[in-house]
Amino acid sequence: MKNKINLVILFIFIIFCFIIFFKGLNNSNIYTPINNVEKNLPIFKARDFISNTHIDSANIFAEESYYIVNIWASWCAPCRKEHPLLMELQKNKSIKLIGLNYKDNLNNAKKFINELGNPYTKILIDKDGTLSVEFGAYGVPETFLINKDKKIIKKYVGPINQKIVQEIKLIVK
Amino acid sequence: MLANQIGYYSLILGLMFSIYLCRVAIRDFNNDDKNVNSKIITLSFLQLTFVIVSFLSLIMSFINSDFSNETVFNNSHTTKPLFYKISGTWGNHEGSLLLWLVVLTLFIFLFLIKSKEEPKKYRILTLLFQQLIIIGFFLFVLMTSNPFNYLFPIPPEGLGLNPILQDPALAIHPPLLYLGYVGSSIIFSASLAAVAQNYVTKEWGQHIKKWVLVSWVFLTIGIMLGSIWAYYELGWGGFWFWDPVENVSLMPWLTLTALLHCILVLEKRGALTSWVVILSITTFTLSMCGTFLVRSGILNSVHTFANDPARGIFILIFLFVLIFLSLGIFFLFHNENDKDSNNFFWLSKESSILVNNWFMMYFLSVVLIGTVYPIFLDVISAEKISVGPPFYNKLIVPFLSPFLLFMAFGPKLKWIKSKIENKRSLTIFLIISVMLTYFVLENITTDILFYTILISAAFFLFFTTSKELFFKKFNNIAQAVAHFGFSLFILSILFNSILSSEITTNIKVGERYNYNDVEILFEKIEEKKESNFNSIIGYFKITNDKGKVVRLNPEIRTYNQPITITSEADIKTTLLEDKFLVMNIVKGNEYFNIRYQVKPFMLWIWISVSILSLSGLISLFKKKHEK
Repeated sequence: MKNKINLVILFIFIIFCFIIFFKGLNNSNIYTPINNVEKNLPIFKARDFISNTHIDSANIFAEESYYIVNIWASWCAPCRKEHPLLMELQKNKSIKLIGLNYKDNLNNAKKFINELGNPYTKILIDKDGTLSVEFGAYGVPETFLINKDKKIIKKYVGPINQKIVQEIKLIVK
Repeated sequence: MLANQIGYYSLILGLMFSIYLCRVAIRDFNNDDKNVNSKIITLSFLQLTFVIVSFLSLIMSFINSDFSNETVFNNSHTTKPLFYKISGTWGNHEGSLLLWLVVLTLFIFLFLIKSKEEPKKYRILTLLFQQLIIIGFFLFVLMTSNPFNYLFPIPPEGLGLNPILQDPALAIHPPLLYLGYVGSSIIFSASLAAVAQNYVTKEWGQHIKKWVLVSWVFLTIGIMLGSIWAYYELGWGGFWFWDPVENVSLMPWLTLTALLHCILVLEKRGALTSWVVILSITTFTLSMCGTFLVRSGILNSVHTFANDPARGIFILIFLFVLIFLSLGIFFLFHNENDKDSNNFFWLSKESSILVNNWFMMYFLSVVLIGTVYPIFLDVISAEKISVGPPFYNKLIVPFLSPFLLFMAFGPKLKWIKSKIENKRSLTIFLIISVMLTYFVLENITTDILFYTILISAAFFLFFTTSKELFFKKFNNIAQAVAHFGFSLFILSILFNSILSSEITTNIKVGERYNYNDVEILFEKIEEKKESNFNSIIGYFKITNDKGKVVRLNPEIRTYNQPITITSEADIKTTLLEDKFLVMNIVKGNEYFNIRYQVKPFMLWIWISVSILSLSGLISLFKKKHEK
């Protein structure tokens, strides 16, 4: 009798493990903190990639449109991979892309842009990585979607993919 | 291209043979003939041949850089050295599963030819259970991860192998680990067959012991190689990080070690049958579970090749089918008979082995909970946590001292009933150990009480086993070597962790850095080009407090395919300590971040693990002499 109860308990336990693992499989293991969405844009000053002058963040996000802030670096291999998708996003008229060049060598970064094309309306230099920290970034690449009220509404850790591109297009419609 | 076709069709043929083999085996099972039908052995041989042909053709595709094969395209590149082209075969999900199949079929074939004296029905049942696993894996490979997918148009160049996997230790680590990991499948099948046939006896114990030893030796060496690789390639300066993937290989090792001890009892006394069967089942289940965890993408690590839920679901279902099947068989057929062989005095070899089992089970549960708890928590409460070394250290380390003491006493006890002999020498050893530890530790650490207990237990085990090993006639050399190796292992780890020191700083070329009488001089950098990477080599001159000079040249490599930057540590190994230097690029190119570590007794960790594996080999070959 006792043996049977044990058996039933064991059986239930195993089924429980199965369900947990099964559900765990469908969970994404990309870590997205919830508290960073719907956050106000940080106010900052940054150097421009091309003109090498300082600009205020208010001037950067001046226009009435959606913005995408993409953190990238020439040494980052996944950035190279996601670049064509950024080029595709750039064609969309209702989005403006702002690049944040993270801890990079200026020459290498220029080479990168010359080779793969420039999807950004503006590129800002983040030589020591502090600007990215203000955005709440973990590393490169990382992409933020900013709405017309100048709030960060989406954050994508790691390279973006076709699915994310579709999602962004749907939001900005 | 041709190799591709050959590989694919051999794989399908292999599956056909599996099914046919099952048919023949079932028919033969009901036959009154005394011997196993010789056709079965031939079929098993043919199956093995086809799987090997398939594996060889994948290797050929890799050697020829045949990018019409998707696996080759994803994991190889023409500029890679030949050695890594070959090792790339199992450095990816598809290829490594094919290697699983090779090992699975190899082991059942060897089992069939090595078990001629065993009862026929038991052999056939083992074959059937093993074929069940094999068919499962064939389906898994063919349905979700076919290594021979054809690409058209043929890409001109491949994507390359992850550079951190381009390493000699890691090239041989998977095959060896698999021999251990997958080798446990035969123990699983055989124990299920033995339970079904009510054959869990002394004779069976003697016969299965060889297989347990083989798996154990390979698993030990495999884990060690992986750990050596992590030590010098990942550049974190440690050898064990309690990473889920490491844990997953450690768990079967713990159960296998417990099983190895239980088998001894079974072989000599016919007792602990339930333990043996349950441990055999758990070992393989944990191996499968490990495959599930690292291959389904539920955990992220260097071993997760592709994140494909379809694969995960397949392994998950397969895993639970096997669990239910084995538990079903266990509960239906198993009965703990011979009550008198389970009668033993509390102070006896049997009970000491039981104590060992419970320790192993405790360590296992700690590792298991640490590994799967984050997954459970994530599913139930959507909270993300990661379990790190402090958890394991806190839970495992305090239990090490009693464990070590038991390890010193256990082998001295006799079967059934025993009393402690040589009380005087044991007491002397204990006193010497405690005093020695106290003097060694006095000036080093603050946490003296804790470490004194732990290290004196380790010294005690070291002395008793050394005495056994060097001054006594060899009545059980394998055991003496194993326990000696283990004591050496624990001692090296403990002193390594207490005495290690580290300096981290940012430095540029030509600069000097002084810290605690150690001077680091960054002399120059040089650039070098290889076919698959460019590297920057830093030249460092390090003068320690005694005026001794070491030159270390760590590298930063930029691999071309895929573009990845890796840091290669430079390590100077001596008998007593390792000097370890690794550098990383920071902020443009001017400054380099360096980490200089002095790690005592590193070499001894590897030596002691090698001694442990050696003891397994000794036991395997010397088994006839010991009585």
